[in-house]
Amino acid sequence: MRAWLWNQLDAFGTTLARFARAPVAALLNFGVIGIALALPVGLYVALDNLKGLTRTLASDPQLSVFLALDAGRADADGIATRLRRHPAVRESRFVSRDAALKELKASTGLADIVDSLPANPLPDAFVVVPRDPAPEALESLRDEVSRWPKVTHVQLDAAWARRLEAGLRVARLAVWILATLFAFALVAVTFNTIRLQILTRREEIEVSKLIGATDAFIRRPFLYFGALQGLAGGLAAWGIIWVGIYFLNGGLADLSRLYASPIELAHLGIEDSASLLAFSAALGWFGSWLSVNQHLAQIEPS
Amino acid sequence: MISFSQVSKRYPGGLEALRGVTLTIERSEMVFITGPSGAGKSTVLKLMAAIERPTSGSVLVNNQNIGRLRARAVPFLRRNFGLIFQDHKLLFDRTAFDNVMLPLAITGFQRREAARRVRAALDKVGLLPKEKAYPVRLSGGEQQRLAIARAIVHRPAVLLADEPTGNLDAAYALEIGELFRSFNQVGVTVVIATHDESLAARLKPRRIALREGKVAT
Repeated sequence: MRAWLWNQLDAFGTTLARFARAPVAALLNFGVIGIALALPVGLYVALDNLKGLTRTLASDPQLSVFLALDAGRADADGIATRLRRHPAVRESRFVSRDAALKELKASTGLADIVDSLPANPLPDAFVVVPRDPAPEALESLRDEVSRWPKVTHVQLDAAWARRLEAGLRVARLAVWILATLFAFALVAVTFNTIRLQILTRREEIEVSKLIGATDAFIRRPFLYFGALQGLAGGLAAWGIIWVGIYFLNGGLADLSRLYASPIELAHLGIEDSASLLAFSAALGWFGSWLSVNQHLAQIEPS
Repeated sequence: MISFSQVSKRYPGGLEALRGVTLTIERSEMVFITGPSGAGKSTVLKLMAAIERPTSGSVLVNNQNIGRLRARAVPFLRRNFGLIFQDHKLLFDRTAFDNVMLPLAITGFQRREAARRVRAALDKVGLLPKEKAYPVRLSGGEQQRLAIARAIVHRPAVLLADEPTGNLDAAYALEIGELFRSFNQVGVTVVIATHDESLAARLKPRRIALREGKVAT
């Protein structure tokens, strides 16, 4: 056990020494891996922020229930009662056709046109806040209410938010595709680095085999190298994204002052950061494992 | 401890290095394997250390059959040996000390004890004052002595040396010969493949002469 630990420490030290011996090459490799990882992770962060935005926007989805033009006061009262008693409705508010017209006049600057109308073209309406904001629940409520007598149309106000969310789902898929591609790139970069290392250390490997080194012993420093290189690349990616968000938030601060509402991008969370680092280290390890298995067998003393 | 029975070795390409060699080497023996170039001396050593495998016949080392040895067992077999090559096979990117440390690092030796043993081995071959030197700064004889230190540091039961004095002048060769004699005196089995007649005359080992891949009688 103790010997095993010494071996691990030894391999770790050897690996650090190898980095130190070629610092420029090591830094370039970290940079390449960092940039490759920063692309999908940056997109992921952007989506995560957008998702947060749609959640606040779509959190209060409303249904607008429009009544028929010929519906009278009694019809409206009947529907109001029905809505109040409906288990899926949290809140409902009656907007009379006169109130709606007044609002239209006040808010849209169409006062002249509205005034020129011979009669009020607007129907009575209800604004309904459902209990369950899930899209399926909204749709079933809409379908149900639109079948009621004197109801001509039910409008789902959060439809655009749902469309955005569907768009985000596609974008998230794109992130995964991108992440897979760049993960492959990371493995390939590591594979090649380790291949070169094995070639330059051919003699050392040969001698080690001659004096009784097991494959595990020879493999170990290369695996450490791959994992550490991946980890350093992951750190570089994390840094790139942090700096990117930092500068974007500087720009967004002006924007949010203009809109008088705080707009700020969130940094990667602790969990996501840890997964990024673990993932990049694991990929580096995997790349060097592939490379070592591929190339080590070819070096046999003769 | 080592026995060959009807061993033949044919290399890819058709070269037949050994043809039906039978020999036995006892524990603590000193044996010279002699013969002209191409007689199969090196092949005999390579078969012992499982660097090559016999085409037919059986090679037994400590009752382990080399021909049937699994790849995973090869490193552990090799730890019984100290291998010395004509071209030294030193690592030029590390100091004399670190070169000798390698066999102990491989077995995961405890560090302080390992350092002590490395210095003892370097002292034995007279290189302790040069422990921090890189191999390029050592003379040919010193490099060969460094290779010997590396071969003995893990206290192997058997030393296998392939032309250990091949590139050395007579005085250096004599020194190396004396080193082998001293190891043999403490019970190490020494097998040397060489055509150095003066070395043989001095050490008076048992000789196994090879000619065209066969044991000459």
